[in-house]
Amino acid sequence: MNGPLPNPAAALLAWRPCSLSARLARVGIWVVLAYLLVAVVTGPLVALGWLPDPGSGLDQPIYAAPGWSHWCGTDRLGRDVCVRTLSGAGVALQVVLLALLLALVVGVPLGMLSGYLGGPVDRLLVLLMDTLYTLPVLLLSVVLAFLLGRGLPNAAAALCVVYIPQYFRVVRNQTASVKAELYVEAAQSLGAGPVWILRRYLFRNVITSVPVVLTLNAADAVLVLGGLGFLGLGLPDSVPEWGSDLQEALTALPTGIWWTALYPGLAMFVLVLGLSFLGEGLDAWVSRDGRS
Amino acid sequence: MSRRGRLARYLAGRALLAPVMLWLIATLVFLLLRVAPGDPVDALLGTRASAAARDALRQQLGLDRSLPVQYVEFLQGLVHADLGQSLVSARPVTQIVREVLPASLELGLAALLVALVLGLAAGFSGIARPEGRLDLAGRLYGIATYALPSFWAAMVLQLIFAVGLGWFPVGGRFPPTRVPPSGSGFYLLDGLLAGSWSTVTAALHHLTLPAVTLGLLLSGIFDNALRLNLRRALRSDYVEAARSRGLGEVRVVLRHALPNALLPVLTIAGITVASLIGGALLIENIFSWPGIALKLQEAINQRDYPLVQGIVVVVAALVVLVTLVVDVLVALLDPRLSF
Repeated sequence: MNGPLPNPAAALLAWRPCSLSARLARVGIWVVLAYLLVAVVTGPLVALGWLPDPGSGLDQPIYAAPGWSHWCGTDRLGRDVCVRTLSGAGVALQVVLLALLLALVVGVPLGMLSGYLGGPVDRLLVLLMDTLYTLPVLLLSVVLAFLLGRGLPNAAAALCVVYIPQYFRVVRNQTASVKAELYVEAAQSLGAGPVWILRRYLFRNVITSVPVVLTLNAADAVLVLGGLGFLGLGLPDSVPEWGSDLQEALTALPTGIWWTALYPGLAMFVLVLGLSFLGEGLDAWVSRDGRS
Repeated sequence: MSRRGRLARYLAGRALLAPVMLWLIATLVFLLLRVAPGDPVDALLGTRASAAARDALRQQLGLDRSLPVQYVEFLQGLVHADLGQSLVSARPVTQIVREVLPASLELGLAALLVALVLGLAAGFSGIARPEGRLDLAGRLYGIATYALPSFWAAMVLQLIFAVGLGWFPVGGRFPPTRVPPSGSGFYLLDGLLAGSWSTVTAALHHLTLPAVTLGLLLSGIFDNALRLNLRRALRSDYVEAARSRGLGEVRVVLRHALPNALLPVLTIAGITVASLIGGALLIENIFSWPGIALKLQEAINQRDYPLVQGIVVVVAALVVLVTLVVDVLVALLDPRLSF
């Protein structure tokens, strides 16, 4: 390719991939964009009255099968399953983004510091993070969500702790290897302080490996958030969340009411699938880049 | 130092690290449960209970003592395998855990077996033509099983096979009308030891659907691991050498590439145990499987702090132990590793 590209996002969409990973990544981008669009659009549409409110349904029939007035049927309280599923996209993306942002803010500086300093501090931090990493993801976040109570920031905090060790690991190992490079040594001999080196020389090199982990973690976080909701933890009842909707659907399932169970689960599945495709493609792209 | 000496040192270091990790986890759980907002006494009695009742409960929980004293007592208990007493049933936590653990282990082992068979078969499928149709199908299978929300998949399978077709029971571990076998707590094993065929079939009948669901969801991990490692092995020099000696492709794949590709899969199997427990947390709920995850959920709902603490410590110990065993096994099996 010649010359600078006008817009990286446009370039990504116009890009005609040939390998399998790249083709999957393309599908992933479209899926994630569609969910973002739904997340942005649903709120205003409900506010304008074009879509029914996901929380109210007392004047509507309960457990109505999918039909013209309710495309995906209604649930136990007569709430529209379609609108609840659409609103769930925004909720899930918000919590997951907040959680990963928190994990990045804590994990990346800790990892850089640990990798740069080395020695006993590094060893202690590595041991601590490895220990956290050993624990089952869902177990850790279930215990944290139990302790923190329900709420949007609480759920994000319960999720973020799970992902801090992953950023820490990636960034620490990368920092430790970049630190040995000649240009860092040159900067040190010219009298650059640790803060300057961390910011000028290490940060940019280290941050390249983060997007892959971020995308794959986003996929995982959607599942964990759903799991928390399913176990009655995480978000308050008033928030339309896929996991808690599925828990409600479980009780109705033996009577043959399938629509309350199908749509939230499907929405979750497709979002995680899209994010995984994207992450897998990014991974292949980054590792190919590294080889050449 | 010789490789043997280094290996011994690595194994010793690894074995010493396990208790340290366990201590860290136990401390973390201890602190979390005490630093967290909200008073367990409020949670158990409500805010309108009398001061005397609150003090009595506080004393019973040991919350009237200072934090360091509580911590020392907690660690002393841990060393003696004493995890305290459940608040709700007033029984020792270790006893409760011992009752529910076999059910979870049985489910976990069965799921792992299903995951290995399905995952390795899927991972092996694309070997003839990389980037071909079968390879694509295998990769999609790997990603899709990972992306499936476990509880949703379990609900769908339950709807189809238990509610719709009626092939399997909707939940539980044993027919409620019959007395479960006594002994180790592993119903399959107990049935086999007692020679009671009807016990074995009844236990299997209940085990199949949850185990297959959990196994299906975990098989993607094995699929991906085997696919990546097999491809790497097939590009390596020793495979090239084997081919140039005129060996058949089947022999090259099965005898030269596969053993090397399977070793990393063992490591993955160790890591999977953590996901297995996470998945079980939800699967046990859906299939009312009376294991440790269902107990944990019950303890959380009843705000039974000592039981939550005990279960988390036991599960963490299990994970640390399995990771240790797998690391040691890989170190012993793989002569290429250097330490």
